[in-house]
Amino acid sequence: MEKRKLIDENGIRLDGRKWNELRPIRMEIGTLKNADGSAYIEFGKNKIVAAVYGPKEVHPKHEVLPDRAVLRCRYHMAPFSVEERKNPAPSRREIEISKVIREALEPAIAMEDYPRTAIEVYVEVLQSDGGSRVAGITASSLALADAGINMRDLVVGCSAGIIDGTVVLDLNDVEDKEGSGDMPVAFMPNLNQITLLQVDGIYTMEQFKQAFELAIEGGKKVYQMQRQALISKFFGNKAPSEELEARE
Amino acid sequence: MPRLIRKFVIPGDVIATGEYRFGNYIERRNNKYIALRVGLAEIGKGEIKLNPLSGPYIPHVDDQVIGKVIDINPFGWQVDINSPFFGYLPATFVFGKEFSSSKDELSSRFKIGDLMMAKIEAFDRTRDPQLSVRGPGLGKIPKGEIVKMSPTKIPRLIGRKGYMINMIASKTGCEFKIGLNGLIVLTGPPEGIIKAVNAIKMVEQEAHSAELAKKIQAYLSNGEK
Repeated sequence: MEKRKLIDENGIRLDGRKWNELRPIRMEIGTLKNADGSAYIEFGKNKIVAAVYGPKEVHPKHEVLPDRAVLRCRYHMAPFSVEERKNPAPSRREIEISKVIREALEPAIAMEDYPRTAIEVYVEVLQSDGGSRVAGITASSLALADAGINMRDLVVGCSAGIIDGTVVLDLNDVEDKEGSGDMPVAFMPNLNQITLLQVDGIYTMEQFKQAFELAIEGGKKVYQMQRQALISKFFGNKAPSEELEARE
Repeated sequence: MPRLIRKFVIPGDVIATGEYRFGNYIERRNNKYIALRVGLAEIGKGEIKLNPLSGPYIPHVDDQVIGKVIDINPFGWQVDINSPFFGYLPATFVFGKEFSSSKDELSSRFKIGDLMMAKIEAFDRTRDPQLSVRGPGLGKIPKGEIVKMSPTKIPRLIGRKGYMINMIASKTGCEFKIGLNGLIVLTGPPEGIIKAVNAIKMVEQEAHSAELAKKIQAYLSNGEK
């Protein structure tokens, strides 16, 4: 089979984006009434809901930690989220992503403020189009903020990768599958700390550096949207400037 | 003239730099003060505060809370206080020192499902909070309509020196029992209760708006939202 070109000579990708362009992103907070905190994100064609329960008592009891909270994450793809029906039972990939999401969120949460409790994060992918783990992390950190759990910083995710030998930002499904490398990165923008870095494919040192910096740069753009989503949910549109006038 | 700067913050934001005394939901990193919650920060002279806009109820000693009995064991009651931690009401706090688990029947005082107004007697995070029902206004709540709201918005519902709640109470003819854990029990005429519940929902939704009291007053006087 002949490989199709993922990026043309003018540097335009299959979906019309340039190498350093993100897909259109939309975020919404508080979409689910029954969860303690929730968020919905559209990241290109990805549609993801994140819900947070807790802090609440831990079951089974032997998993209790006396000095801190337990964080539980479940990343799950709906059967209808991909082209061919996906078996709803957790796959190897989903279990792995649940783990990396947990580890990406944990450093941001003030776990020691909630001893003997559990915080549960559910990431439900309704429609998948590549880069769903980073979009899931972005949505979960909004849901955690919505639930009012003490957090040192938000966590924002973004990916970069290589297609046809070119380093590009934010791969979609086709680019992920047919390209030669994918690099999801999650970080805490104010603390300037990386909480997730996965890489597949072969990179030269130069490409690695370039892809990593590109993902961080893209993440910072996503962070601004995250911020805006939180501000408009909690403070309404009445607060264009974040600083209120000084009063006596 | 003391100046007070108010600022909307989200987790990770720097509220101020320098030397300040600081309250809950704020973390100090070098000489920066970082917000841990979404909320309204107040920077005063030498002091910063953060009023969060969402979050669970974390018990504090002397808080008055409304709880529901969920379990009885031979020495006390387990009480759901709408918090990550369950409250525990020891039987000796109700029956007195002479309590004997063989003679006294715990369910004669509180049955499973009963509501109570209680005070947090002790809480240090290593154990579940201990409750007490001794004191004025505390004890079983026999009847009423129960309303839940975000615990972080309860201070807004009460208002400065009880201004807001007194206004709602006088305009609707309802009596309020407010638990700092986000539960409210009201009694009164049915049409008053409907109005009061709507007013509570309004407070919850618009807790950040500056003219909240005026809006509530307008709603209660002419029924306009």
